[in-house]
Amino acid sequence: MILQSLSISRTEFETATGWQLKPEGACHGEICVPLPEEVNADIARGIVDVSAVAERLGMPIVHDAEMGLWALGPASMSGRALSTAVAPELELPDVDGNMFQLSSLRGKKVVIVSWAPY
Amino acid sequence: MWQAFRNEVHTRGLEIVTVGMDTLGAESCRPFIEAANAEHPSLIDINHVMAERFGVINIPNGIWIDEEGIIVRPAEPAPVPGGKTPPPSAPPVGLPQRMTDILTEASKIVTDRDSYSAALYDWIENGSNSKFALSPDEVIARSGNRDTSTAEASAHFSLAQHLWNAGHRDAAIKHFRETHRLQPDNFSYKRQAWSLMAPPEAGPFARFIQGPMEGQESDWPFEGDWVTDVRAMGAENYYPSFKE
Repeated sequence: MILQSLSISRTEFETATGWQLKPEGACHGEICVPLPEEVNADIARGIVDVSAVAERLGMPIVHDAEMGLWALGPASMSGRALSTAVAPELELPDVDGNMFQLSSLRGKKVVIVSWAPY
Repeated sequence: MWQAFRNEVHTRGLEIVTVGMDTLGAESCRPFIEAANAEHPSLIDINHVMAERFGVINIPNGIWIDEEGIIVRPAEPAPVPGGKTPPPSAPPVGLPQRMTDILTEASKIVTDRDSYSAALYDWIENGSNSKFALSPDEVIARSGNRDTSTAEASAHFSLAQHLWNAGHRDAAIKHFRETHRLQPDNFSYKRQAWSLMAPPEAGPFARFIQGPMEGQESDWPFEGDWVTDVRAMGAENYYPSFKE
């Protein structure tokens, strides 16, 4: 995800990464990674110290100083692309820009097919 | 395409969700989605979120998720059931050399369409009792490597696609190059960047050229290109074979 600032809202962080920020830590599926107390205090106020959470989850932050942008990469602390078999939320637009949530298909089997027009 | 398979199986509790991974966004995907008359969710992923969330590194690719939202097969090559693999044939004469090379390599690519298709029908029929529905530990183990470099590659890709769409071509290319260096086995990250260099004179197939046209080699901004990389890996290894 692209960041203009290393301090963002909790909702923004959760939507962009798929990790939920709860009192017990950063959680996804059955995994919860505890966060430092001061980080939790900020989260309780709705603000995420991205560097602190990223460090715990093994998410790289890449800075392009010239463009004034940061990008946050995915969690790497498990060493595998999936750290749990619980499907992450996936929220993407259709061709007309209407947002769709994968979780809306709970109760059905789903095959997600990735393709590209090139 | 997948719509025909979906027509056949959706009353048996299965839904297809297609995700078009393209930095150029909805308009480049629209003609394909409309031609398919897709009734299933057909989504657009400009940032290759599928790579970050699910470890998708090439296309076409499928991920199976059960009724409870548990992944039972992680990202793997997904030939469309019932689709046709064209018989090997020599490329037409008179094409530019690069197109001939692409078609020659592409004709050597192997897919496990029948095995994949049989596995999918088995899962639809038998659910968690299907031998093709993997345990959570196996799903995680097969989900692909994610070391620090791989994760960093995704961060560089985010910057690259963002800068490309903001019109900063050179800055975007710098980050695409880092993406490719850090995760060389992510073929969709490579193809995405190469396809953006499409030579306008190459017509409707321009985005498939994915390499320099003759005489323009010194302007090509990447280490690899489709033909060179596929030859190096061996076209028969382009897709890992289906594993029960």
